[in-house]
Amino acid sequence: MSATNWGYLSNYGVYTAMIFYTVAFVSHAIEFSFAIKSEPVLVGNGNLLEKNKTVFDFTSTRQSGRLGSVMMVLATASLFVGDVARGISAGRAPLGNMYEFSLSGGLAFSLAYLLGLYKFKMRWLGTPVSFSLLLILGTAITLLYRPSAPLVPALKSTWLVIHVTTAILSGGVFLLANCVAGLYLFLEKAERTVGRPKYLAQLPSIETLDQLCYRLVALVFPLWTFAIIAGAIWAESAWGHYWSWDPKETWALITWIAYAAYLHARATVGWKGRKAAWLCIFAGSTFLFNYVYINVWGTGRHTYSGL
Amino acid sequence: MRTALFLLLLLAIASVPGSLLPQRGENPVAVDNFILKHQFFGKLLDSLKFFDVFASVWFSAIYILLFISMIGCVIPRTFQHLKLVFKAPPDAPKFLDKMDAYSVIEGANHAESKELALKWFKSKRYRLKIAEQEISAEKGYLRESGNLLFHLSLIILLLGIAFGSLFSTNGEAILNIGDRFLNTPTSYDSISYGRLQSPAGLPPIALTIKDFHATYNPVNNAPSDYKLQVMAQNPFNAPGKPITIKVNSPLTYGATKIYLQANGYSPIVTVRDVNKKVIFSGPTIFLPQDANLTSSGAIKLPDANPQIGFAGTYVPTFSQRFGQAISSAYPESLDPRLLLGVWKGPLGLDSGIPQSVYKLDTSRMVRLGTVALKIGESYNYGFGTVTFNGYTQWVNLQIVHDPGKNLALLGALIALLGLIFSLLGRQRRIWIKFGEVIEIAGLAKTRVSDLEVEIKELLSRINP
Repeated sequence: MSATNWGYLSNYGVYTAMIFYTVAFVSHAIEFSFAIKSEPVLVGNGNLLEKNKTVFDFTSTRQSGRLGSVMMVLATASLFVGDVARGISAGRAPLGNMYEFSLSGGLAFSLAYLLGLYKFKMRWLGTPVSFSLLLILGTAITLLYRPSAPLVPALKSTWLVIHVTTAILSGGVFLLANCVAGLYLFLEKAERTVGRPKYLAQLPSIETLDQLCYRLVALVFPLWTFAIIAGAIWAESAWGHYWSWDPKETWALITWIAYAAYLHARATVGWKGRKAAWLCIFAGSTFLFNYVYINVWGTGRHTYSGL
Repeated sequence: MRTALFLLLLLAIASVPGSLLPQRGENPVAVDNFILKHQFFGKLLDSLKFFDVFASVWFSAIYILLFISMIGCVIPRTFQHLKLVFKAPPDAPKFLDKMDAYSVIEGANHAESKELALKWFKSKRYRLKIAEQEISAEKGYLRESGNLLFHLSLIILLLGIAFGSLFSTNGEAILNIGDRFLNTPTSYDSISYGRLQSPAGLPPIALTIKDFHATYNPVNNAPSDYKLQVMAQNPFNAPGKPITIKVNSPLTYGATKIYLQANGYSPIVTVRDVNKKVIFSGPTIFLPQDANLTSSGAIKLPDANPQIGFAGTYVPTFSQRFGQAISSAYPESLDPRLLLGVWKGPLGLDSGIPQSVYKLDTSRMVRLGTVALKIGESYNYGFGTVTFNGYTQWVNLQIVHDPGKNLALLGALIALLGLIFSLLGRQRRIWIKFGEVIEIAGLAKTRVSDLEVEIKELLSRINP
């Protein structure tokens, strides 16, 4: 097959994945929304006051959820084909511009969800995950798409794969930690005031979420450190300096420092709960800012997005 | 600790302006434009060093304070930790049932159980203190060791950075194919030294530029490969060695590296006066203006009578769409043209005001004509003729000497190792008391610990 044909295959793969993600999103949404039932309950002692109470009955909608999971698997497989075909058509790892970065990042996110589904039965995350993936791929094909092409000389290095893959993986986990921290803050507030909403009853306790957030960050912090070191080694051979305070480098360091502060705050100063969650969200936002702002509007040498 | 945390966050915040405002070290022109545009506000920021954030006093103050606070915390902790490592594990607490994973074995043979327990502890490489009635076992100092290693190696990293910046040189030179470069201060177009580095410290390297080849992707005109061939001598009089320099593979001599950073075209022009006498001949470096290498430059002839200047544009692949200016359609020289504007009058070179070699100051000059030349064509402008002979290519070499690089890398790698150790290590203690019954309990210093699983395993060993 020629490079052009691989390129077409890649595009078909991505479109197919988007269709599957859409069906998955709808199935997951149906599983939840049609499970909401209200049934009359008796209130008061014998006065037979009727009141409607919201309950969840998943017996009739479980099939829809299962369909959603099947669709997630198919979507991930299609996206995998799309991503790999893109790499073959360009003759390199699909990490050369922001479009390819989105495909690979989305694939990593999707695989992480499937792993979580298999190990921790995380179907409750299916709706937001399929929706986020639709957003990621939608942005990719509309705003970020660039025809498949070889790399510019500065990117021709083994370090591209090492540096960018570790950065993507770390970023994925940082965002996941942010989701967990955000969920923590939401549930913590709810439990403090009106009580945990019924539709979130299946979610873990807030203590577990708090601890999960810390573990995710502690686990991925060395990987992020490595991504920065790998970037420095590469910069040394491509640009002449291992560190030149390029905006992207500076923000990578800011993210590193923010997470270091988070880890210190937890392990040494003993922060947890709300304060720690906010610090985690702050640190994750610096990563997002770096990805979105510096890639698209920033100056400096990391401008390979092709935009 | 709170101070260190505060300083860490302060360092993160202090880095922000350095990434959002233009910085002098990276882009001095953008800084000047910013100050011009924002007048008072720009000057205020400038006086507060917001355009040299990473070299400013306040930025240095933050990280120096941070390191002092870190050293002040880490050094005593290191001694404390070393003492602990060489000390026996602490005695069992009085009430074991207050500890974690408390279990009791009844009716077992004490001597036999003790032996089995010791065997298990040893196979798990616990450090032990054995008394008549009890065993204290401890394991997992890797966590604190890794933690301390991480912080100590950050000091190595900082030393590497400091050493590198004090003894570094960093210079750039633009060379045409065929040029010879001697690594002496005068050969550079620009060079800067670290505070403790002198110009005499440059290693005696000589380079002759043999060939340069750029490959482009015809689909999107983006470069796909740059290849520079040089003849390198070290020292100056050594026999030459042919070497290929590419973007990701610089030429390395110890701590000195030579990088290929940029390239462009130098049109070759011959100028004759009215008597057909050659008054200028050779390549002139033109600077690329767009991705297709439409390049512009200037040829100044202060010795001609009258003074003549050429404002030139080199177009490697000629293209002119209807109603638009001439520009290049492809970065390779497929159909080159040299567009010249010929000017007569004072060039202003003796005015004392520095001017760019790539630009002609035409404010006091008169235009004699404009022309687009193909290779081999000439143009008579009245006071002489100009001939476009062809083109050559130039490369911009960056020559960096940084002796602290390896130390910094070492520091960074040890830091990473320490970080991983500190995550793998799980410090925990297990005690066994032999009284009326056998009591077992433990204490995990971190929550991420399978202490209960371990104690269960120990129990099954003693009491199968």
